[in-house]
Order: sequence, then structure tokens, then C-alpha cells
Amino acid sequence: MADPQMVMYEEEFTQIQGIVDGLVKAANANVVFIIDKNGQLIAAAGDADQIDTTSLASLTAGNIAATGGMAKLLREQEFATQFHEGQNANIHIQLVDNRVILVVIFDKKTSLGLVRLRVKKACEQLSSIFETLADKAGAPGQAPFGEITDDDIDNLFND
Amino acid sequence: MSFINYLSREINCKIVYYGPGLCGKTANLQYIYGKTNPNARGKMISLATETERTLFFDFLPLALGEIRGFKTRFHLYTVPGQVFYDASRKLILKGVDGVVFVADSQIARMEANLESLENLRTNLAEQGYSLDSVPFVMQYNKRDMPGIAPVDELRQMLNTNGAPDFEAIAPEGTGVFDTLKAVAKLVLTELKKASGG
Repeated sequence: MADPQMVMYEEEFTQIQGIVDGLVKAANANVVFIIDKNGQLIAAAGDADQIDTTSLASLTAGNIAATGGMAKLLREQEFATQFHEGQNANIHIQLVDNRVILVVIFDKKTSLGLVRLRVKKACEQLSSIFETLADKAGAPGQAPFGEITDDDIDNLFND
Repeated sequence: MSFINYLSREINCKIVYYGPGLCGKTANLQYIYGKTNPNARGKMISLATETERTLFFDFLPLALGEIRGFKTRFHLYTVPGQVFYDASRKLILKGVDGVVFVADSQIARMEANLESLENLRTNLAEQGYSLDSVPFVMQYNKRDMPGIAPVDELRQMLNTNGAPDFEAIAPEGTGVFDTLKAVAKLVLTELKKASGG
């Protein structure tokens, strides 16, 4: 496979959740979530149950992928930051280490400046956690799915 | 690239429906969406033009059930089939775990099928994948149309590797779930293999 698999463990998840929870408060944001570049939701905080995070995650990943394609055509490595301004809601999208995407949804309660500042700090913390996760996923001896049998897979499809 | 979350005990996988323009990729997803229990699926997103041609992708998240306490979730995507949307197709293939090729059975579309399959091969190779090793299922769609090629001929032209293949009439649902199950099964089997199981 071209990409290593992403595996999430409790220890790292707790750290990541702590960072997104903290970011909601520090940036005075409505919702913060982290997704991988394929659009899988990793963690969310704030009023996340008010929105369809699964769909948003997939569209954000598509957006980042399209922007990355544009960057490539302009011989840029990437456009790591995107900001969409609406009448009431705004979205700040930040690519972290070209690995995961940090999304902050906010309104007039806060400012873009504050969001950017807090996102920057959160990125530094997230960066090292995802590096640890990547190392763990790539380490030999990890067999997260290995104990599952062919029968288990067949049973899933028995009507 | 699948995503395994130990905490929420979830396995997330990405399946892409590929094929030439108007072959019925979106129709496959629409049928699945219509027939799946609302609790087991999310919203279907279609980024399409005003004439309902897929512009970027369709997206449908689907929960298939549990394996040993792990919830299996599949994200189904389609690519835009029209030739000039190649840049978008490449993006959507990123991180793919399994591919369904939806072929148009009409003889007049054979050339388009071959071109799209070759395009899939090239775009997968760019991502470091090979069509010979990635979980892959072939669907011969539009079996209800006039002027279709016999399945044997389609198989000979498009499925030389002998991947699991199915006849389909996507809007009516014929073959749609067989195709989905087959690719999901291959993806999970691959995941198991990759984990040394």
C-alpha cells in the first residue's frame, strides 16, 4: 500500500482531544475538529453534534486535496491555510504537517486573528503527537486486525 | 489508507467507484443510499453540475456492521467520469482502500471503458498503487440497455485479471449490493493480511 495505515490509540487520542477541547475555549470557537487527509474524522470538540461532521470532514478533505492540486500547478509545495468567510459562520482550515487537517468553525464572538494565533500553537502540539502515531503505525509487530478470521468477515455479509 | 480507531473501536475504509462518463457510478451510490437503513448511513453528498454530471465527487458514508466489536465504516466515493476531470479523479483516489470499476455494457461505450480503465491504472500508479494488488471489483452495468456486449466479451476486454465481477442495472439495484459486498470483503481481507493475520 502506498500510504501507511493510520491507527489511533487511547493515549494519543486523549492528548488530541485535550488539544481540540482547549482550542475551542482559547479561540472562543464554536466547533473544532481534526480529520485525516482522506476525510476521516479523528476528533471533534465544541458544538460538534449540531453539525454533520462526517460530511464536513469529507468535503474539507476534498477541498484540501483540490487546493493541493492547485499548489502543485503553481509549483508551491502546499497552501497550508484556508479561510472561508460567511455572513455568520467562518471556517479556518489548517493543514498540519501535511498529515492531518485542523478545522475551526467560529462566528462573531471571536476574531480571525485570535483563531490564527491559537491554531498555530495547537499545530505545534499536534505535530509531535501525529509523528508518534505514524511511528507506532509503521512499527513492526503491530497487528491491529490480525486476529480477525475469514469467517468473521463472511459473517458481516450474511443477510 | 484505512483508519483504525482503538478508542471508538472503528475501522474506516475508503472505496472509490471509477468508470467512464454516464456509466452509472452515481446511480450505484443513489441506490445504496435509498435502500440502506437511515441509521446505517450518513448524508449523501453530490458535487454535481446543473445537469447532474458529477463535478468533483459523490460521497456516501455507510456502516456495515461489527467485526469482533469493531464497527466497520465505509466511505463510498465516485469520481467524475468525464475525460477532462482527470485532476479531480487523481485526488479522489488518494488513500483508496478498494476500487469498483463500473463498466458501461453498451458496445458503443467499449472504447470509453477501455480508456477509463487505462486512466485508472495510470492514476493508481501515480499514487503508488497497482491495479493488480489493490482490492478491485468489476461491474458490467446497464444490462437492460439495447446494443450491449455479451458478458464474456466484456470480461475478456476489461477483466483480464479475473477480479470478482457482476452484472448490474444500477437504477433498479440489480448487482449493486453484490458489488459493494464483494469489494468490502476484499478490503477487509486485505486489511487482515496487512496486519499479518
